[in-house]
Amino acid sequence: MMQNTVRSETWLWLAQRTSAIVLAVCIVIHLTTMIIAMQGGLSTAEIAGRVSGNPMWLVFYGTFLAAVSVHAPIGMRTVLLETTSLSTKRVGLLTMLLGLFVFVLGVRTILGLYQMVPVS
Amino acid sequence: MKQTHRNHPTYWAFLLHRISGVLLAIFIPVHLYVLSLAVTDGALLDEFLRWSSTPVVKLMETGMVVMLAAHLTGGLRLLGLEFLGWVSWQKTMVALSVGVSLTIGLVFLLNAD
Repeated sequence: MMQNTVRSETWLWLAQRTSAIVLAVCIVIHLTTMIIAMQGGLSTAEIAGRVSGNPMWLVFYGTFLAAVSVHAPIGMRTVLLETTSLSTKRVGLLTMLLGLFVFVLGVRTILGLYQMVPVS
Repeated sequence: MKQTHRNHPTYWAFLLHRISGVLLAIFIPVHLYVLSLAVTDGALLDEFLRWSSTPVVKLMETGMVVMLAAHLTGGLRLLGLEFLGWVSWQKTMVALSVGVSLTIGLVFLLNAD
């Protein structure tokens, strides 16, 4: 039992660090893109024109989202375990739901934007 | 009232990493939802984007950019010390991480329309 706990904590630690490395690359690209895109003014048409039908952005945002969906819940798990008196089980369930929620919301957004017909 | 462990830059770096992390975890679902409006209600998103280009909202947005940059640079410091080993210049790394984050925020703000 103890062995299992140690093992799962190690896996969570590893997943947190692996996703962090992926996120580091994604965030640099994201911030750069935003600063460039912002200059012409953001609008629904601008966003759709930039990302819809572009497989490169689909892969990028898919990767970004997957990494966030792993990273954020594990981080929140640590915070909640350290700052609340909730049980490990409950915190695990709660944060897993958070990750799932972000992932589903993100997939819908990313796929929706990819399939959108750009308005010219 | 001596809390000497708090009297160290890496304690503040820890606090900044934690606060920025929690703020990002709250911000991201909202951000994704707002973006999904592009698909479901483009006019509403355009209205939101017009509102977000007002000075006060731009400043708040810049704050979020600084939080993201701080979580990135602070996270890189942590990855460095976990995988590459401890270096004695942690305080320099903290200062560098904060400096870079503020610079990114400034670049964002200066380019905001």
